[in-house]
Amino acid sequence: MSNLTMAEKPNFESVSKPLLEVKSLTKKFGDFVANDAIDLVLEAGNIHALLGENGAGKSTLVKMIYGALQPTAGQIIWQGQIVTIENPAAARELGIGMVFQHFSLFEALTVTENISLALPPHLRTSDLEERIANLSQDYGLPLNPRALVVDLSVGERQRIEIVRCLLQEPRLLIMDEPTAVLTPQEAQALFTTLRRLADEGCAVLYISHRLEEVKQLCHDATILRLGEVVAQLDPQQETAGTLAQHMVGSSVHAVSRQDNNQAGDTLLQLTNLYQQADTPFGVDLVDLNLEVRSGEIVAIAGVAGNGQGELFSALSGEVTNQDAAAITIQGQACGHTPINGRRQLQAAFVPEERNGHSAIGDFSLTENILLSRHAVADDQTPLHQGWAGIKRAELAKVNAEVASKYDVRSASIDAEAGSLSGGNLQKFVVGRELDRQPKVLIINQPTWGVDAGAAALIRQALIDLSRQGSAILVISQDLDEIFELADRVAVISRGQLSSSYKASAISREEIGLLMSQEKSAPANEATAQGSS
Amino acid sequence: MRLILEKRPQASRLMYFSSPLLAIVLTVIVGGLIFAAMGQPPLRALYLYFIDPITNLWSIEEVLVKATPLILIGVGLAVTFRANVWNIGAEGQLTAGALMGSIIPILFTSWQSPLALFCMLVMGMIGGALLAAIPALLKVRFGVNEILTSLMLVYIVHLLLDWLVRGPWKDPFGYNFPKSIGFDDWHLLPTFGDGRVHLGLVIAIIIALILYWVMARTIKGFEVRVIGAAPRAGAFAGFSQAKMVWFCFLLSGGLAGLAGIIEVAGTIGQLQPNISPSYGFTAIIVAFLGRLNPIGVIFAGLLLAVSYIGGEGVQIELGMSDKTTQVFQGMLLFFILMCDTLIHYRLRFLKGNGGQL
Repeated sequence: MSNLTMAEKPNFESVSKPLLEVKSLTKKFGDFVANDAIDLVLEAGNIHALLGENGAGKSTLVKMIYGALQPTAGQIIWQGQIVTIENPAAARELGIGMVFQHFSLFEALTVTENISLALPPHLRTSDLEERIANLSQDYGLPLNPRALVVDLSVGERQRIEIVRCLLQEPRLLIMDEPTAVLTPQEAQALFTTLRRLADEGCAVLYISHRLEEVKQLCHDATILRLGEVVAQLDPQQETAGTLAQHMVGSSVHAVSRQDNNQAGDTLLQLTNLYQQADTPFGVDLVDLNLEVRSGEIVAIAGVAGNGQGELFSALSGEVTNQDAAAITIQGQACGHTPINGRRQLQAAFVPEERNGHSAIGDFSLTENILLSRHAVADDQTPLHQGWAGIKRAELAKVNAEVASKYDVRSASIDAEAGSLSGGNLQKFVVGRELDRQPKVLIINQPTWGVDAGAAALIRQALIDLSRQGSAILVISQDLDEIFELADRVAVISRGQLSSSYKASAISREEIGLLMSQEKSAPANEATAQGSS
Repeated sequence: MRLILEKRPQASRLMYFSSPLLAIVLTVIVGGLIFAAMGQPPLRALYLYFIDPITNLWSIEEVLVKATPLILIGVGLAVTFRANVWNIGAEGQLTAGALMGSIIPILFTSWQSPLALFCMLVMGMIGGALLAAIPALLKVRFGVNEILTSLMLVYIVHLLLDWLVRGPWKDPFGYNFPKSIGFDDWHLLPTFGDGRVHLGLVIAIIIALILYWVMARTIKGFEVRVIGAAPRAGAFAGFSQAKMVWFCFLLSGGLAGLAGIIEVAGTIGQLQPNISPSYGFTAIIVAFLGRLNPIGVIFAGLLLAVSYIGGEGVQIELGMSDKTTQVFQGMLLFFILMCDTLIHYRLRFLKGNGGQL
């Protein structure tokens, strides 16, 4: 391996040739064509958006460019030369860097230690520290090289990944949904960095499904649908609406919602809820207070990793609380009550993660119905009975109802859950709970990783349920979604909850400020020196 | 050119069912090679090992006798492994069951009634379950790895048996052999006809059928499968991981204990230092070969029983070491686990320079 850190500066003489050209690149998994003859041209100094719904083939495409997957057919041409990119290390050697959506960082190590793992081993730590400090200052990515990763916010962790790429002086930087984990303010700071990189001649391939930011940031856009390129256009010339149409292939029907001014009785109440995290790197919940009334949707906004998962576990009863009165459902104190007891109080829960939490991939859909409904008393007919066993006919009936009511599309009516697309599986797990007509619904990231059509259907179903008098608590990172759904908004940050505001009376920027409150100030040069 | 394992998009159903068969074929082939390397005629040796045991009545009977404890322990372990709980100490729980159940025939020799035999079986189960409760408690309360604790207890309880039959429970009229008194007829399991096959086989098959129903059709079986497949989904369903650890250890320990007392009261007829040719460990292979399915375990138990008899066969006929059995059993487990990889992965040849990083 050559010394990556000594890689040449971008070669501006060769700008006439495109930096990267992809010609009829195809990837098949068995019979399934994930990418069908994709053509793509990236110019140095351009920020190129790769748009598409989940499952459109964006990840497959960039994984081939990054060497993590090998194409079935087609060519990758790097600076005029046909190349075979064997693996990510080979891609990095060419000058291709990638920042993944899910970071691969060791929480117990420092920033420098994490970065040095990706670099040749003979670098001196003190040299590296200095270079990290300089680079992060240059590019407006404040980082303390000696901080432990566990103490850093998600935005700061992303900076580590970016700095790690920049140290290798990439000519192409691939960013996979980078703003999904950032506050609006952090996202703006990231855009500044990316523009600076582009000005210096680096190409950026920017994967996103957030249309507004693509319009704001990107010079070109390639839109994928079902593994094919459906459009290549200039995002500045389009509206978010036309971009969405290209992505989905039809116009997305908007969610309809009337403001609700007559919220009724309090059905879900948190009073001084404290909860210690049960994992070493979890977030403690500190003194949470909130009430959700009949007929309203309350949303909890926040950047991922600020206690949303812990809050969901505490509310669902997967983790029970010391204080019975901290949580009441329909007026009943149920802090001590485990999840099925809360379900019997007509509460329902939808966790964030579909695979292995709200559903089990290699179980059939009917078995997945049983997962959350085996102990619920408000079913007319029991789904199982002692030694007589599981009532398959009843389960099949419920499953068929959910499938037809919530438009769950699968290869067969009782397919394995894992064979459904993300959107269909989410419609299934939401429908499974809504089918019970719960009085209280707690749902974490209701449309995370779901296509636009499914997202609209799910959001509409939530609004309809609330207008029938149920109380709904939505935990979400997606501000668009929050403004589409919520009557009131509160923000969670570092395990603490802000007071709630009427959704019509608060702006994105104000929510953004609440999101970053209580956070440790970003590390800067001074603290870096102070610790030495 | 290099060979890589590539994750399949979906688990292969074909491999799921053919993996044990493939493992058997590989075991036979490699076994034949080993026989050949040792200068034995491979085909004749394989015939003696796998086919001869099922060609005459007495050896078929012997296969059934050996299959009994393997099935009993194997079904318990199949349920346990399904839940991702790892009880490796069934051999010790078997011994504990044998000890506990033998209290009646050794210390209360004069209690002669059918009820005594029934109580022996129940006490055997309690003995196995009590020993299994130790790793369960350590796991649930302190998070101690159950593989280590359950395995280490095997040697402790085996030494306890050794001490008892050389000490307090030694037959006073046994010419100083390390053996207990022979059990009274009331304390022995009835056999079929004059043969060696006893009631234990029927008990084992009934329990396997019950557990099949539990696993396939009841909510308890569902709970086991859910917790084994996805612990977080188990918590979402309101199932307790800790209770599952208890359930699995008590069930598999109880069944191993039952196998222990059945072996003593059905086949041996007294306590002695060696009451099991590692049935408790071989049952791990049985559980996996049977696809962790109680019906599958019945067939796998029969096959592994053949391997015991076949091992004796080649020892007698060809003068080979008695370790032959262990080699074959080890190969079988190795090949099953290897072939099971192919359920979720497939082999692919990649062209090009694989050494480059």
